[in-house]
Amino acid sequence: MTTNGATSDRQPGKLRLGVYWASSCGGCDISLLEIGEHLLELIEVADIVFWPCVADFKYRTVADYPDGYIDVCLFNGGIRSSEQEQIARLVRRKSRTLVAYGACAMDGGIPALANLESTREIFDAVYHSNPSLQNPGHVEPQTHWATPHGDLELPRLYPQVLRLADIVEVDYQMPGCPPVGTQVWKVLQAVVAGEVPARNAAVRVGCDNRSVCDECHREKRKVRIKEFKRPHLAIPEPNWCLLEQGFVCLGASTRSGCGALCPKAELTCRGCYGSAGLATDQGTAMLSALGSVMDAVTEDRANELVGQIADPTGTFYRFSLASSALKAHRKP
Amino acid sequence: MSQADLTPVPVETPTSQPWEPRIIAFLCYWCSYTGADNAGTSRLKYPANVDIIRVMCSGRIDPDLIMTAFAQGADGVMVCGCHIGDCHYIAGNHKTMTRMPLLSRVLQDFGIEPERFVHEWVSAAEGDKFAKLVRQVTEQVRQVGRLDWPGRMYRRGVGHGEDLQPWGDQA
Repeated sequence: MTTNGATSDRQPGKLRLGVYWASSCGGCDISLLEIGEHLLELIEVADIVFWPCVADFKYRTVADYPDGYIDVCLFNGGIRSSEQEQIARLVRRKSRTLVAYGACAMDGGIPALANLESTREIFDAVYHSNPSLQNPGHVEPQTHWATPHGDLELPRLYPQVLRLADIVEVDYQMPGCPPVGTQVWKVLQAVVAGEVPARNAAVRVGCDNRSVCDECHREKRKVRIKEFKRPHLAIPEPNWCLLEQGFVCLGASTRSGCGALCPKAELTCRGCYGSAGLATDQGTAMLSALGSVMDAVTEDRANELVGQIADPTGTFYRFSLASSALKAHRKP
Repeated sequence: MSQADLTPVPVETPTSQPWEPRIIAFLCYWCSYTGADNAGTSRLKYPANVDIIRVMCSGRIDPDLIMTAFAQGADGVMVCGCHIGDCHYIAGNHKTMTRMPLLSRVLQDFGIEPERFVHEWVSAAEGDKFAKLVRQVTEQVRQVGRLDWPGRMYRRGVGHGEDLQPWGDQA
């Protein structure tokens, strides 16, 4: 890491830290608590000036800060609604360094899987056709509602999930669903010490530049895949590469840094750290890798093996659909 | 940043010209490109809608290239390689054989019709097969119509959020 940027233009005194939660589950906010007792060290050197998850900060408070008041803002979650876009623009203006924190802000994450459905289909599922639902009046949320006491406004839902970088300029990206605690603390320490890499949206922090396979302890036996298995229908053999056993493990196309947590727990890599190396599209990288290791010498056999893979799009793009080349279904 | 992000903002093309399908064909150097050459030297006619990109082996065609072709505005993509057993690199096309049906499934999940993506084996001697294939693919892409992926994404606000309406009172 080279020393540059963030601290040279940082105000003296305590670091001002902001955290915001857009279209995500909230796990990223919790991941900051994963640094454990280091939280006390962090509070000694940093003031939290915006973190709606843990304290009552109004948007107005942030809007009243001078521009560039927040030293580092960790923004988690993708952009699905007009409110999220507005806050993304606001914190960009108020922050010296904006970090796309976690898989959703960086690559769309799990919410971006809904890009394969249209907004209409999502509304139908959520408000009308869901079996556990009782909505006899077929009520749907409206963006505008006139009441005797004044007009009410709600944010508008966008046709698809966008990444933070689609809306505003991002200084760094930090992958993970959520980022693992040790990496979070490493990054926070670097920020506090001013040892941060040159600003560049392509720079990913809190991870390595290799693939999860490089960190995985499992043994490769150099055999080709004879049959695809689903994780809930078969028990993997310990210490043998999960992909070679026929479980669709995304380790080959996923950036390292997590310490191969899932393969260590006998689970396939889900791909939350995003694309590895120079690849930009994690799904096609996995598709390509998988095509090289299937045990097929005839077309019939190839089609049979391909047919055994359940939901290839949802599996290969589990966390990165908004970063894919196509980004969303073509439906309006 | 993916390659698709580098696409310039699409400009509405004048509608005086009728729409013609634009098809990208990836051909392997050893068989299919020579097959296309064969079609040329045999003076076979096929539609000019196909833009040929020569690669050394069909196994070297990254699915990302095909996705990017669609994302940048192609209406159809063809992938041609040596017949199974004839690969110059012994098993390069075995990888094409497994990747392309899988990619076809993924493309359909994105709403790209199977008619738009064709993979076929064309040997160096099969100039007439290549010409026939191009005619067939051009016709079936014409039937399913224009794809216009960059315009579609632009209209949805991808990469130019400023045009989207803000929420209520400016915070």
